[in-house]
Amino acid sequence: MSRYTSATDADRERMLAAVGVGSIDELFAEIPDGVRLRRELELEPGLTESEVFERLSALAAKNVHADAEVSFLGAGMYDHYVPAIVDAIVSRSEFLTPYTPYQPEISQGGLQAMFEFQTAISELTALPVANAALYEGPSSVASAAYLAIAATKRGKLIASRGLHPHSREALRTYSAGYGSELSDVGLSDGGTDAGALEESIDEQTAAVFVQYPNFLGAVEDLEPLAELAHAKGALLICACDPIALSVLRPPGECGADVAVGEGQPLGNRLDYGGPSFGFFAATEEHIRRMPGRIAGETTDGDGRRGFVLTLQTREQHIRREKATHNICTAQALNALAGVVYLSWLGKQGFAELGELLVRRTAYAREALAKIEGVEVLHEAPVVREFALRLEAPVAEVLERCAEEGFGAGYPLGRDYPEHEDGLLVALTERRSREDIDRFAELLGRAVAAAEPRVRRVEQEVAT
Amino acid sequence: MSEGAPNTLIEPRPPHGETSETPAQRDRAVTIFERSVEGRRAAQLPEADVPQRPLQELIPQRLLRQRPAELPEVSEPEIVRHYNRISRRNFDLDTGFYPLGSCTMKHNPRLNERVAALPGHARLHPAQDPQRAQGALELMWLLQQALVEICGLPHVSLQPSAGSHGELAGLLLTRAYHGDRGEERTKVLTADTAHGTNPASVTMAGYELVKVATNERGGVHLDELRSKADEQTACLMLTNPNTLGLFDENIAEIAEILHSVGATLYYDGANLNAIMGRSRPGDMGFDIVHVNLHKSFSQPHGGGGPGAGPIAVSDRIEPFLPRPQVVRRGDGNGAGPVFELDYERPKSIGRLRGFQGNFGVFVRSYAYILSLGGDGLTEASETAVLNANYLLARLSQGRTGKYLPVAFDRRCMHEFVLSGAPAKRELGVKTLDVAKRLLDYGFHPPTVYFPLLVDEALMVEPTETETRETLDAFAEALDHILAEAEENPEILRDAPYSTPVRRLDEVAANRKPVIRQAR
Amino acid sequence: MAAESYPENLRYHPEHDWARVESEQATFGITWYAQDALGEVVFFEPPEVGASVTKDQPYTEVESVKAVSDVFAPLSGEVTEVNESLAGSPEKINQDPYGEGWLVKVNPSDPSEADQLMDAAAYKELLENA
Repeated sequence: MSRYTSATDADRERMLAAVGVGSIDELFAEIPDGVRLRRELELEPGLTESEVFERLSALAAKNVHADAEVSFLGAGMYDHYVPAIVDAIVSRSEFLTPYTPYQPEISQGGLQAMFEFQTAISELTALPVANAALYEGPSSVASAAYLAIAATKRGKLIASRGLHPHSREALRTYSAGYGSELSDVGLSDGGTDAGALEESIDEQTAAVFVQYPNFLGAVEDLEPLAELAHAKGALLICACDPIALSVLRPPGECGADVAVGEGQPLGNRLDYGGPSFGFFAATEEHIRRMPGRIAGETTDGDGRRGFVLTLQTREQHIRREKATHNICTAQALNALAGVVYLSWLGKQGFAELGELLVRRTAYAREALAKIEGVEVLHEAPVVREFALRLEAPVAEVLERCAEEGFGAGYPLGRDYPEHEDGLLVALTERRSREDIDRFAELLGRAVAAAEPRVRRVEQEVAT
Repeated sequence: MSEGAPNTLIEPRPPHGETSETPAQRDRAVTIFERSVEGRRAAQLPEADVPQRPLQELIPQRLLRQRPAELPEVSEPEIVRHYNRISRRNFDLDTGFYPLGSCTMKHNPRLNERVAALPGHARLHPAQDPQRAQGALELMWLLQQALVEICGLPHVSLQPSAGSHGELAGLLLTRAYHGDRGEERTKVLTADTAHGTNPASVTMAGYELVKVATNERGGVHLDELRSKADEQTACLMLTNPNTLGLFDENIAEIAEILHSVGATLYYDGANLNAIMGRSRPGDMGFDIVHVNLHKSFSQPHGGGGPGAGPIAVSDRIEPFLPRPQVVRRGDGNGAGPVFELDYERPKSIGRLRGFQGNFGVFVRSYAYILSLGGDGLTEASETAVLNANYLLARLSQGRTGKYLPVAFDRRCMHEFVLSGAPAKRELGVKTLDVAKRLLDYGFHPPTVYFPLLVDEALMVEPTETETRETLDAFAEALDHILAEAEENPEILRDAPYSTPVRRLDEVAANRKPVIRQAR
Repeated sequence: MAAESYPENLRYHPEHDWARVESEQATFGITWYAQDALGEVVFFEPPEVGASVTKDQPYTEVESVKAVSDVFAPLSGEVTEVNESLAGSPEKINQDPYGEGWLVKVNPSDPSEADQLMDAAAYKELLENA
């Protein structure tokens, strides 16, 4: 008997008799010989709970996690402090173990949580229509493209090079299915090159994609970009860092038609990249093109206020091949973590967090740029992440910092060949001034020690 | 009530009008926003320790938010109480039987939560240097290997975030495969019993949908399949057993038909719980299989996710797998194998999402696989099939057999579909009404009105983690409910009576959608 | 909801749509049977004025809470008017499917197509045999 089943030999005998067969094998008799597995599965036999725990602990021990080093790693996921109440609430059986609220009468908890989440996202983005979440950031960007193509009946997509590289790549992957053409537009002074964008957009453009702040940390000026898109009848789709929306003018106020983004910074663990959630909000016009679940408010026959899944005719279980998206299982529990977190931060706390980040980030950028061999990659305004240029091999600098217990950031050369010397540094409220000062000191030493071979040889020759 | 079933059958409340409201019903819904009182807060943030420069100095005024986001203003105890209270308005698997067909609502072991919370897993940044994330990469690789063995296909990508995501991946892989051979194919075949995600994925992948009918035995209609499968066919999407819970014995021939026209064969792994250790989709001839970790592999459903939909593929599909792939490289310096993220994949379809996928889900599923082992997984499937057949045998008698007969009179696997057509005809109650009355008896109803092929469908999947007593109690409850319907069908039509809210006005919700709190 | 009826003065299409054919204009809608099968209508999006519709082809959809139904054109032609009031009150399609629940008005391109449609008696027979 495996750990989670209860059938004893006696149970089995009784049940087989009720079915009218003599053995379990008979229940599988319809599987043709040719596809019958004639051996045991070649997997270890089951382990005890404590053995499983040891194995998983041993694997965990091989990972250098965010508490084991002072980390400035960002690039789309950020080590914010998640309060204990989030853990407590999302581990409740009533939220953890049910499935999608198809029977609303007994799913009011989940449906109300979705409604509250949708409200919170709508507040952050200043767009009236938000869904109950998709998988995560980059695939939400690709989902927004599907909406734009349906809304405009056009086939071209333009992505700023400021868009997260994973989002750009997801757009490319999904475009193979959409039949859309993807092109990109470069950056200038850290932000999307508006002139180049203007030249790129035409009557076939369905949407323009920008990120806010962009992957290099720069705050984009959305309004002019929205105007350029709208002038040609294209949508502006804005991928945003939800935490940055605490201080930045929300995309809905800047003319964005759709705002999406990676929800991990809102109350979700790093978890080596998932599960998290993707948020998705749009103007009223697109409500019936929205992907995913949407909870709506209504009343029951006795006049009690309640919530239901609404506009289900958009979804795959009803609309099938004409659905606005194929999504079924999404990330409901992670969205719940998100709304609990935003409730914990609250109106004041959210604003204060943003301000704290902007000031500490400004301080950090200045402090690091002062280092010999380090300069800013762009001077555009930033919120919580910025890009530096190092006069030393980035990989080596990262290694040296790691050896001293610091995660120095994300090497840009991996995704931006033009910035092989680039390093992306991110902050959360967990990085104090003291951390920043220590990091500055360490980075200075690391850059000095990792100077390019050429310069060292020149120096040696000179002496 | 049958012996040994004290906690599973709840005496249903009498019809409304004879008693007053339940406490839950009296508790009117209040959102967290409505609990706000100006000035209240929960979080305390770190002290300012850098110069307090005005924001406009750092970011131009016009790029700054002018009005704060109207988030709730509540204290921590209020947040906890609020979410605790609303959680109790949910029915959940830990609390009761949840036979939702096609969802495999099996027990969610808490061990898995414990290991997923280990800081080495939970606090690991996805962009961490792979050398410092060897435990994570090794875990992913080990999970991949386990899925290879279970599915019978040699290569796995863990990237897709759910079944639908896996389906889209599979169709994009198919597209890349045909494109690589210089072929442009336009159509994808699906069974008419397919889950809605299948046709939705077909359109997202840029293909034209072609439906194939089901025969009288509940399997794929072979003649139709033969006539519809041609050189324009890119792929057939199937699940076996299908959504009727029936194993298609013609699977080898189906595979042959599709392969002979050069198409790929895609397996929707939603029903894998029926066959683990007994048969493998790879051996049935499928090229691409997605596995729902939140179904067969015990990841909690979370009220609608998270899940994961890893895919296993054949050799001919492997070159096109998403990027990056987790690979194991030899024994580096004799220090043991090294695990890497391989981005050098020139024919890859690219990325379906950021980073590596829903790693937290991988941890839980891997722990589950270790807990059960090969023997345990096989036993899980055997028990799932036994439980379904036992429940079907119980339901095939008496009133349930008369008013909710099984749609296809054959050996079922891990789930079965009943038809409420006789109940509708003879008692004037629809499947919906039966489902709503089940709520009063303390059960989550089975899936209703799917698959579309069956009139007034009721799809029942008990899973292996339920006791015989629970199955008996469920059968008795259904019998009770049909007896009520024989006496007075109004009881069902006005149900439920005991839930926090009663039947909701979905028409109003759809005509004038209110999908956020008004400002 | 309206009582079941199939007015004599209308022509009927087997996909449960009706046409009122006047001198230079035809009005289309869905029959009592169609709205009953669909349930309470929650949403209807008309085609654009000026769009062309083709006999036997779907030209738009009608939605209830749990279903979507294609609406088929009984005749070919150009859309001259759409029932704007349905945006705020889609329930008219249920309450008065032949009157206030009309969907579009069309300028028929080939009036002889009307000969292929059924009269009320033939349509009622179709429903009985279904």
